[in-house]
Amino acid sequence: MTDPSPAVEFTDVSRHFDEVRAVERVSFRIPDGEFFTMLGPSGSGKTTCLRLIAGFDRPTAGHIQLFGRDVTKLPPYERDVNTVFQNYALFPHMTVGENIAYGLMVKKVPKAERERRVAEMLELVRLPGLHRRKPSQLSGGQQQRIALARALINHPRVLLLDEPLGALDLKLRQQMQIELKALQHEVGITFVFVTHDQEEAMSMSDRIAVFNLGRIEQIGPPAELYEQPQTRFVATFVGTSNLLEGDAAAALTGSPTAFAVRPEKIRLDDESAEAGSGDMCVADGYVQEFLYLGMHTRYIVKLDNGAEITVARQNEQIAAEQGVWRPGDRVRLIWPKLANNPLQG
Amino acid sequence: MATATAPRPKPSFLRQLSTALYNRPALFLILLLSLPLGYMLIFYVGALAALLIQSFFHLDGFTGQVVREFSLDTYRDLFTASHVGIVVRTATMASAVTLAAALLAFPLAYYTTRYTTGQTRALLYLAVLLPLWSSYIIRVYSWKLILAKEGIITWFVDKLGLTALLDAVLALPVIGGPSLSFSSLGLFIVFTYIWLPYMILPIHASLERIPKSLFDASTDLGAKPMTTFRYVVLPLAFPGVVAGSIFTFSLTLGDYIIPSVIGNSSPFIGMAVYSYQGTAGNIPLAAAFTTIPIVIMGIYLTVARKLGAFDAL
Repeated sequence: MTDPSPAVEFTDVSRHFDEVRAVERVSFRIPDGEFFTMLGPSGSGKTTCLRLIAGFDRPTAGHIQLFGRDVTKLPPYERDVNTVFQNYALFPHMTVGENIAYGLMVKKVPKAERERRVAEMLELVRLPGLHRRKPSQLSGGQQQRIALARALINHPRVLLLDEPLGALDLKLRQQMQIELKALQHEVGITFVFVTHDQEEAMSMSDRIAVFNLGRIEQIGPPAELYEQPQTRFVATFVGTSNLLEGDAAAALTGSPTAFAVRPEKIRLDDESAEAGSGDMCVADGYVQEFLYLGMHTRYIVKLDNGAEITVARQNEQIAAEQGVWRPGDRVRLIWPKLANNPLQG
Repeated sequence: MATATAPRPKPSFLRQLSTALYNRPALFLILLLSLPLGYMLIFYVGALAALLIQSFFHLDGFTGQVVREFSLDTYRDLFTASHVGIVVRTATMASAVTLAAALLAFPLAYYTTRYTTGQTRALLYLAVLLPLWSSYIIRVYSWKLILAKEGIITWFVDKLGLTALLDAVLALPVIGGPSLSFSSLGLFIVFTYIWLPYMILPIHASLERIPKSLFDASTDLGAKPMTTFRYVVLPLAFPGVVAGSIFTFSLTLGDYIIPSVIGNSSPFIGMAVYSYQGTAGNIPLAAAFTTIPIVIMGIYLTVARKLGAFDAL
């Protein structure tokens, strides 16, 4: 076979907890070196899938392979993966150095080499000289990096990250997103990242799997998920979408098939505006409400056929004016038919 | 102003008091703690001090009266061979009971915290506490019957055809005796049984505080279960083991009822104290004896602290 085995492969994996189907017949492959994100709301099965890869949990049915090797029944300590935990799970009775060296200590690596590699790791996560501290003396962001160092020192072939940035404040989280992405390029291994934050998922991932109710709704690169959502759930969970179906859809496209269209694809204009060339959707209505958000303003427009549509408009005007149209103003919405994504479910 | 607002009604006395206390936290703390601290000072510290002072008095050999003058005579008396024998016997028993209780308690506490949830866990917890609901004297006397030559254990051993083995064990010096209820071995069994809950509960509490994610993290980093136990569970549960051992050790050191009901009536510290302050009327020697458990516990706690028992607290 010329095609190398994927880093992680799920084949019809299910995990049921009594009546609850936490994961239901999930299959996917993650090629080596990919930044793969499992995105979904809480209880969607993404964390359970991560725990199945790590080996903390065993599937009820199906097979899990790592680099072509079936690991379904292997305990975590036999798997070539390491995990960064949601609450970091640093050992409170050990120093930072002992925490990072834990994996090497377990493998009986000589003390001198352990110390050298701990120092290397602290450099990598940019916290040199902290090895004598206790985890309780560190900030959340520092603990996060120590948890990363503790996992990476073992040179895993796959790094699992369970909502690692969830506990950090917004600025620090955005900084860590950039650092994590850079780190992944530097170490060149597969990252499997779990998050419920769609922006975080989009900004970091090569590909995203969107989880809902224990199943994968769609897998693809961020732009594909955003521009071509295939299901109602993906269209609304990843970014915001206007969902139109039945008569409202038929009035615009001539077919009652449900479709989604993103708020920023729609041009908002005065009622007299020309639709212009090309295959366009045109709808008239009045502004019901608007939300000024700084970079853009979000208008909620009530169409004459009864549907409600959200439109995002870039605030190009320089004046400190919060919106061009006021509630009650008559407006015309124009967008290319190509922006409409037909939905399967 | 043309329209005057109605005057605020004068706040009630209770409200004034609350406000006064709220504004003076120190006063509140004094009110909160004066009763228990006063009680502790008089009945606890005072009693200990009285005991310590008594131990420096001595008994007049001729009159049998307590001489209320400072002297080290009583301590000289304490360090005679027979008295040192009592101390060594008691301390050895206390150590053996503590070790056995820890070995029995740890697996039980580990099982309840790691493998049970909800109702099962509550039920097991109750099972540990249940013996404490009945009188300790009744339980000790029940054990005397259980361990007696005509008791259920001798009968059961006989049914198993192992009487020869039991006899061989009872023939051993130091731990043996005419029957289990008249042997040090029997005494050890009863001590361990009586104090076991005091070991299980603190170990249980310390194990319960270890987050489950630490087990995951350890195994994820390549540790087999025994390694996780050695480097993660044991160090984090150690304060619980030490707390439990303080109970079992000091309770065994001070008890006088169990060794007077079970065993070959060789004296323990508690029995010595009991007899010296009672029939013998030698209060100073009784007081000197009671300082020994205090000193032993002091040494024990210092060693435990040096070993890092309280680092994880």
